[in-house]
Amino acid sequence: MTVAVELAIIGAGPAGMAAAVLADELGLDTVLIDEQGTPGGQIYRAIERAAPDTPLGADYLAGRPLAAALRASRVDYWPNTVLWHADPEGALFLATAGRTASLTARRILLATGALERPVPIPGWTLPGVMTAGAAQIVLKSSGLVPEGRVVLAGQGPLLYLVAAQLARAGARPAALFETGPLENYLAAARPVAGLWAARRMLLKGLASIAAVKRAGVPIRRGVRGLRAVGRRRLERVAWEGGELAADYLLLHEGVIPNVQIGLALQLRHEWDEAQMCWRPAVDAWGQTSLPNIAVAGDGGGISGAAAAVLTGRLAALDAALWLGRIGAAERDRRAAPIGAALDRERAVRPALDRLCRPARSVIVPADDDVIACRCEEVSVGTVRRAARLGAQGPNQIKAFTRCGMGPCQGRICGPVVAAIIAEALGKPIAEIGTWRPRAPFAPITVGALADLEAADFGPRGET
Amino acid sequence: MFRPRPEGPGPAVAVLVEGRTVMVPAGTSAAAAVLAAGFDSIRETPVGERERGPYCMMGVCFDCLAEIDGAANRQSCMIEVRPGMRINRQQRARTINPGAG
Repeated sequence: MTVAVELAIIGAGPAGMAAAVLADELGLDTVLIDEQGTPGGQIYRAIERAAPDTPLGADYLAGRPLAAALRASRVDYWPNTVLWHADPEGALFLATAGRTASLTARRILLATGALERPVPIPGWTLPGVMTAGAAQIVLKSSGLVPEGRVVLAGQGPLLYLVAAQLARAGARPAALFETGPLENYLAAARPVAGLWAARRMLLKGLASIAAVKRAGVPIRRGVRGLRAVGRRRLERVAWEGGELAADYLLLHEGVIPNVQIGLALQLRHEWDEAQMCWRPAVDAWGQTSLPNIAVAGDGGGISGAAAAVLTGRLAALDAALWLGRIGAAERDRRAAPIGAALDRERAVRPALDRLCRPARSVIVPADDDVIACRCEEVSVGTVRRAARLGAQGPNQIKAFTRCGMGPCQGRICGPVVAAIIAEALGKPIAEIGTWRPRAPFAPITVGALADLEAADFGPRGET
Repeated sequence: MFRPRPEGPGPAVAVLVEGRTVMVPAGTSAAAAVLAAGFDSIRETPVGERERGPYCMMGVCFDCLAEIDGAANRQSCMIEVRPGMRINRQQRARTINPGAG
């Protein structure tokens, strides 16, 4: 049976939770759909079970009131639910507990958050090599920590945060390798105004670095040529000038928006040169190129959890206007303080983006033998050759090489492939474009498809 | 392998990883249970027949595909453990197994 709602929000992270709670307050009939069993997204994952003295720290606990407000609201919250197809008219197809459900929404808000930028180094497919965020997720959701010699490598605030959290959780890392180009520090410091705006964030960053040092974790700066080495699993981490025996290598080179669903919906996307990622083109309210679809949170460009809450609220206000619940004057009046807070949050970004700009070698691996597509095991060299043979964009590379055709549907290799093509053709990444993902966004069984009722297919008998 | 942090949530759920009973805290994903059971890899890839472990733990990379309660190719990082859950590593491409879902 098809349920009709006014607003469907995809993703129960900070943006989705905040948007849902405000939309409900404004009287909108709101559904919140999320893959996880409990609200929080990645940043506030398992927040409802967090102990007050959690090794994850005070910033993590900031997610608690958001989850509590969601629970106290009338929002129709669907946990453990995967969106596997969305059409531009607002029909959503879901899989939950082995069943298929569908609903139609007058308005859709995508709050799909971010994912960690792929870090294609030699050996990154070896068991024992994970993202830093992955280790943090395991710590958040089950209090498990990696055992043995743990090396963190990359750059960005999360790398230091995870190192400090692991140390506090009784799993002190053996080393932290910083791969960020040293010139980033100079670039970040250039406009003094930017530095002033970023002072709170920079102080937080410095505190995080100090915590890692205090914990006795050796920090090595300017690491180049990072490699994961081992036969059946990670055995050593090597770099230009040394190597270290290791059981786990946790990689992190910042986060990028998760744009999979927006790309499938063919929303207009733009290349963000400062953050080195694709993001949907949106206005100040999160409105995309389709009239009934908006984006909030890091899925619209990386600004962090506090900003995500604010963009979620702005999108909820705009949805209420769009659905005729409030007038433009009320929307603007209520949005004014939110917008001002958002400006303060975002003031830190330009400096932070310059500081955390990944090294060229992270974006385009020099070594042809490195795996670009983890699913189909396609190497960087294969993609490079296909580009030189005439494949002009990611979708042609897919046809040439199977790159991007595996179960992750190009979520991981997308940024790598686009950068390799750009380099091979001597064009900016902005001109290369993206995959065109298609449904199902997540694997579903034939049984789940068969579960759809004829009525789910709209008046013309088609989606 | 992964182990419980000191003073963390205690082991509460018994699952079977490759037929061996492992106790893990509530809220643990099936992928994390495999790591807690001491296995480095969770699957063997269909293309190169190479060992793979979970990479992103957030439902993006699909490198944690495993067989859960008889159903192949499940995204094990997205599935919370239940008592008695049977988790087996995914060996290359799945075979058609009628009735297992």
